[in-house]
Amino acid sequence: MGITTLTSKKSLVWWAIILIIFILLAFVPLYAPGYTAILLTSILMYVILTVSWVMFSGSTGYMSLAPAAFFGVGIYASAIIGGILPFPIVVGIGGLARFCLALLVGALTLRLRGIYFAIFTFGLVMLMAHSLLFWELHVTGTRGRFVIVMGYNTIYYYLLGIFVLLLLTAYLINRSRFGLALQSIGQEEDAAAHTGVNVTMLKVITFAISAFFMGAAGAVMATKWTYIDPFIAFNPFYSFMPVVMAIFGGIGQLYGPIIGAAILTYLEEILITKFAELYMLIFGTILVIAILYLPDGLVGLIQKMWKRYSERKHADT
Amino acid sequence: MPILEGKGVTKYFGGLAAVSDVDFNVEQGDALGLIGPNGAGKTTLFNLISAALVPKSGTIRFKGKDITGLSPYKICRMGVARTFQSVKVFADMPVLNNVVLGSYFGTSPGMSSRDAVGEATALLEFVGLSALKATPAKDLTLANQKRLEVARALSTNPELLLLDEMMAGLNPAELAQAMELVTRIRDKGITIIMIEHVMKAIMNACERIMVLHHGAKIAEGTPQEIATSKTVIKVYLGEKAHAGS
Amino acid sequence: MIVTILDVLIAGLLMGGIYALIAVGLSLQYGVARVLNIAHGEFIMLGAFGTWMLYKMVGINPLVSLVICAPFLFLIGFFLHKTLFRSLLASSASADIFEGRSLLASFGLIFIIQNIAILTWGADIKSYSYLNYGVNLAGAVFAANRLVTLLFAVVISAAFYLFLARTRLGKAIRAAAQDPRTAGLMGVNINKVLALCFGFGALMAGFAGGLLSMCYPITATMGMEYTIIAIIVVVLGGMGSIVGSFIGGFLLGIIGSIVTYIEPGLALVAYYVIFIVLLLARPTGILGK
Repeated sequence: MGITTLTSKKSLVWWAIILIIFILLAFVPLYAPGYTAILLTSILMYVILTVSWVMFSGSTGYMSLAPAAFFGVGIYASAIIGGILPFPIVVGIGGLARFCLALLVGALTLRLRGIYFAIFTFGLVMLMAHSLLFWELHVTGTRGRFVIVMGYNTIYYYLLGIFVLLLLTAYLINRSRFGLALQSIGQEEDAAAHTGVNVTMLKVITFAISAFFMGAAGAVMATKWTYIDPFIAFNPFYSFMPVVMAIFGGIGQLYGPIIGAAILTYLEEILITKFAELYMLIFGTILVIAILYLPDGLVGLIQKMWKRYSERKHADT
Repeated sequence: MPILEGKGVTKYFGGLAAVSDVDFNVEQGDALGLIGPNGAGKTTLFNLISAALVPKSGTIRFKGKDITGLSPYKICRMGVARTFQSVKVFADMPVLNNVVLGSYFGTSPGMSSRDAVGEATALLEFVGLSALKATPAKDLTLANQKRLEVARALSTNPELLLLDEMMAGLNPAELAQAMELVTRIRDKGITIIMIEHVMKAIMNACERIMVLHHGAKIAEGTPQEIATSKTVIKVYLGEKAHAGS
Repeated sequence: MIVTILDVLIAGLLMGGIYALIAVGLSLQYGVARVLNIAHGEFIMLGAFGTWMLYKMVGINPLVSLVICAPFLFLIGFFLHKTLFRSLLASSASADIFEGRSLLASFGLIFIIQNIAILTWGADIKSYSYLNYGVNLAGAVFAANRLVTLLFAVVISAAFYLFLARTRLGKAIRAAAQDPRTAGLMGVNINKVLALCFGFGALMAGFAGGLLSMCYPITATMGMEYTIIAIIVVVLGGMGSIVGSFIGGFLLGIIGSIVTYIEPGLALVAYYVIFIVLLLARPTGILGK
């Protein structure tokens, strides 16, 4: 794709590190205490949501507040067809459903200016919750559903698999001409359109892909919670957290949302045990502070510190 | 058959007619100049041709095909490219990537990576930006950013190129280089329409000139005819008189 | 038949009054200060809880506490803008970037404010009864508190409209809404005006919340639904048009009433469908510019 500033030696080192990390992650349930697997499960869930969010909103610049909507669809898909079909197919079918929903939503709304789109996605979550509630009350007569149960380790491996798939997808898109086109949309949408980029289609497809992964995570997580109802499934909090984590971590690089999600999920786990009543407050404050003072997130901070460090090093020589 | 034809093109913004019943045609290989005081509707006309905007009425035909109201990317792939009055380069991307995007998307799809990069590199050399190919576009001077926009437009393999105030803000040396670039583009057989306020550039580069005022076409002819036309002089001097008082 | 239509209409107007009020508030914040404050609903919630608290603990008449809570919220909004949003404005490279960042910041505010509310008052549903007797109107019975709500909503909106049209400050606000930079050049203290508008938006939210608390039970999470409605009304009536938001509120209330009559529980869905249709067909709204 033209220009890369990484020398081949450096990227080989990166690949090795990533491989090692994945091998370690794969063996966690075997040698680490049960609690670690559970914690990592939560982290993986948020990482998937956050990276998916960045894949769309980060490159195109369209702020989507819809992750909870797609997450919720995945949850419900799992609840409805979970007992009937083998699970991988459930995740896949649910994924297709989400993909189509996202295509529909995207086709309708991605022709709009950014802020209208953000508002629309914000309301989408509540809309789906209410619609589903209505449906449940009047059509099926029940409220909420039970979901099939799966072992913790199984859940963990599913999430890990989804995560690997997601990273691969994000990485390949990034390196391809489509990644280039997405970036150009984010920077100057009009100019991109005039350079032959089918802007609408690209936005819709990327949106749908990111929705697929969010929903897949939802389908898996549903089995952890075992009982769901419209308001548990479509909880605006799951739109909020990926955004906080992405901004906190920084959306410039692929690893930004990952470390942002990892750190903040860990923080959430700690807070839930000790200060359960405070964690919304704390996360809200983190978001506001991050927006004010950390516009490039942790990644930006790290890059700035690295630059200062290497400048100082060169100054000494 | 003219490569571009417009009949009765009209566009309203609210109650104001930005472009009002304008006819135009351009023969292949020509250079048409588009002048007029600020707010005359020149950029709006460009936006209508490149489909950034949809006209209220009227038709626009490119190579005989009706392109009114098509999406910008389709028109680009058909062979119409443009630059922008306020330069719209992809600021955080390196110069080469700005151009290679057009090679990937603006032409018949399916160009391989190697070919696209090769073509983009050649284009950078054509406009004289080879040395800067890895620099982020935002770090370029204004004159270079304008050249980058031209390279990007050329990468989509256009037959018609719309240049919107390419000469604005350039010093005399940069101006001469820009004019020379326009000549070389014409040598490639590309038809050009240029909006300009820099009279010297337009008078020298174009065979025909069209004058817009308050959205309507008030004159059309050779540079000689336009320079001596009473209507045009009144429009421009009239503007100056108002500005003076 | 006529009686039924009248019922539905009046019920719609009653709800519409509240909608109009919250929409006008949001319209001020977005139309002038260019902050799409999706935490608007949380201010409404605060107004509601403030009124409830004063009634339950100190026995203050809710209508009286309107003039206590609402100005308090005004101050909060004013200072919030002066600190948070001003500094966002200063550090944003363009208007679009500012809009995006302030949207996110207000997103964060939702969770902060909700959490504070839960800490202070608990997460369960609260209510009180005030003016709860029925009034016979056109053959149907309506709760007195809802009629009073409508009355107050109209009076407050009318008063505010007069304020905008007649006073110097009002004119400054309207100028700032049209063109902030020029207004600034003309001597309007633009920063103060923006903060004031944001504060006025919070004021409206406070009024709406207080009035709501008289008629409906309240919880700490009630805010978001009203924010969405406010946004839909603002888009319906035309972004930036205060009169449009006012009319739009009543319009939406009537539509909601009709939908509820046909099929209860679908009101929000109907609003949303309208929203989508509007965004696609006529994004500038009915009276927008």
